[in-house]
Amino acid sequence: MREIKNKGKLTIALGMTLMMITAGCAKTETTTSTTAPVTSAAADAKAGGDTVPVGILHSLTGTMSISEVSVRDAELMAIDEINAAGGLLGKKIKPVIEDGASDWPTFAEKTKKLLQKDSVVTIFGCWTSASRKAVLPVVEQNKGLLWYPVQYEGVESSPNIFYIGATTNQQIIPAVTWLLQNKGKKFFLLGSDYVFPKTANKIIKEQLKADGGTLVAEEYTPLGHTDYNTIISKIKKEKPDVVFNTLNGDSNVAFFKQLKDAGITSKDLTTMSVSIAEEEVRGIGASVLDGHYTAWNYYQTTDIPENKKFVEAYKAKYGKDRVTDDPIEAGYTAVYLWAEAVKKAGSFDVEKVKAAAKGIEFNSPEGKVSIDGDNQHIFKTARIGQITADGQIKEIWNSGKSLKPDPFLKTYPWGVEVTK
Amino acid sequence: MSLLLLQLFNGFSLSSILLLIAIGLAITFGLMNVMNMAHGEFIMIGAYMAYLVQQLFQKYMPASAFGWYFVISLGVAFVIAFAIGWLLEVALIRFLYGRPLDSLLATWGVSLALQQVARSIFGAPNVAVKAPQWLEGGWHVTADLILPYKRLFIIGLVALCIFIIYMYLYHSAGGRRMRAVMQNRQMAACLGISTRRVDAQSFAFGSAMAGIAGCALSLLGPIGPTIGTYYIVDAFMVVVLGGIGKLIGTVAGALGIGVFNTALEYTTSATLGKVLVFTLIIAFLQWKPMGLVTIRSRSLD
Repeated sequence: MREIKNKGKLTIALGMTLMMITAGCAKTETTTSTTAPVTSAAADAKAGGDTVPVGILHSLTGTMSISEVSVRDAELMAIDEINAAGGLLGKKIKPVIEDGASDWPTFAEKTKKLLQKDSVVTIFGCWTSASRKAVLPVVEQNKGLLWYPVQYEGVESSPNIFYIGATTNQQIIPAVTWLLQNKGKKFFLLGSDYVFPKTANKIIKEQLKADGGTLVAEEYTPLGHTDYNTIISKIKKEKPDVVFNTLNGDSNVAFFKQLKDAGITSKDLTTMSVSIAEEEVRGIGASVLDGHYTAWNYYQTTDIPENKKFVEAYKAKYGKDRVTDDPIEAGYTAVYLWAEAVKKAGSFDVEKVKAAAKGIEFNSPEGKVSIDGDNQHIFKTARIGQITADGQIKEIWNSGKSLKPDPFLKTYPWGVEVTK
Repeated sequence: MSLLLLQLFNGFSLSSILLLIAIGLAITFGLMNVMNMAHGEFIMIGAYMAYLVQQLFQKYMPASAFGWYFVISLGVAFVIAFAIGWLLEVALIRFLYGRPLDSLLATWGVSLALQQVARSIFGAPNVAVKAPQWLEGGWHVTADLILPYKRLFIIGLVALCIFIIYMYLYHSAGGRRMRAVMQNRQMAACLGISTRRVDAQSFAFGSAMAGIAGCALSLLGPIGPTIGTYYIVDAFMVVVLGGIGKLIGTVAGALGIGVFNTALEYTTSATLGKVLVFTLIIAFLQWKPMGLVTIRSRSLD
């Protein structure tokens, strides 16, 4: 009997060790041996040698890995390109990849590790607002730098973060304006139950009040919710002109599949999504999403020479069936914007790079972008697209010029209602 | 009126899905008392089998045969989940009988490992499964009332599964041996039943049912490495509410939760609806700690 018991324990221990090994492999792909403590003055000293370490911090495991893995790939591609072209200030960039594991405290911990132990000169990473908000105090305390590649809800500014995704006046507000002009006044707001959709909907509600729209219902479902039958019944009852969709992640798959099953197509109902890009279309199925609308700043089909080059390079590196999308492009652009700022500053020092970054321009795959000196966001063109049966998104409207970022909605008379 | 009928149908539909994901757990947790946290990952395995079979059909079979892929994938999911379940039982679970906490931790670890394996094989993003043509669309009862064929199919599938399990447990020699082992292991062993074999079979059978559930769920929602985690809590709730060890209890539990959840979600919101359902379950378990249906037993515990 005892023998059996011991054997049992042994097996469990073995299993656990095995699991830890697999988990460990996934977590840290590259580490550096540098252990020098970091202060911003010592930034150039720590970059001594032939390489300069930069941090890449995304969820490579857990629920958010769905979206973040491909952004990491784009950032690594940009780094490879810069290295192939001779590096930065005579040094090769060495990525230190960490896994945030879709867990906000882990993001904060890994940021601390990257800044203090690996002495990285900058970090590219995060996706969810929750992870960014967890990282924010850590980069501020350690005088680090974070380049954030995803559209977000605005109403935030940190001297240690560059926001490369859209803020609301570059995505959500133009989308609502376009819908009011082209699709109707009655809005049904559907979102996941957490910070981004709630703030976004707060903004939409104020805009509807100001611009003559009406709100028929506002529904939230828990993250990971997969049964949308009841929500669809409510949509049927309210008969809105537009469903503005801020659902995040896997819930979109369930919502759109079940919408189609209920006999509602894009011909019967207009939906506008701000979290579904080409990568998500691939996982949901193009036939399910055919004809629905999205709002972003970049699509794989965006017709710019820089984009053709970018898409070709991405596919050549990661496979023909891979697609590019807005956050992927923003991750790629973020690395180049940082590199340009470093070149201009002639240093890797965070303060010098920040000062040099003001007004930096780059011909990115989404067109010419530049960093706004006022708030460390970037000028972007808003674009509305329609999903086609081949899984691509066709641009049907754009703002014509790049919009100045306005995270605190100061240029809107109703903006005070949102930020107060 | 038609909206009310639709909501009623939605309630049954949700019940059928809950039941489908809980049947397997009713065997491994309900009958065998193994806290199998990796149950959700068997759902995931089933879902990925649907995807794999579809890929194979698209590559190697004529387009006209495509409609049949889903039926084949149900069988494949059953067999593969059965095999992996058997393997898990032999390698790990058999050392953990009668140690619920240990089995909880160990199977949780297995669940994380399986998720990572899936991520390595299929990649982190969701994969898309196209439903066969004959499951597209719905039955137009009236102009407003459309019942999706997929939901009807799942209800039918659940009924079939329950029937098969019932026949197996109560009208077959294997099922009789299984119940004998669960009720009195030593006596069953004295009578010449290989309890080891029955344990492994039962666990594998429960896992295979989860595989079938995963296959069916691929019609409705996402297929990704973490799909199992969405359903595991609900599955445990159904089994606990229904009363451990009784198949009929699991059916009642699923019906209750499904119908209440839909009704409460419709009158409040999705988040609040879920909170209310859990509150009701907790309140109910205070009143009847053994769940809806209890086994009459002569044991004095």
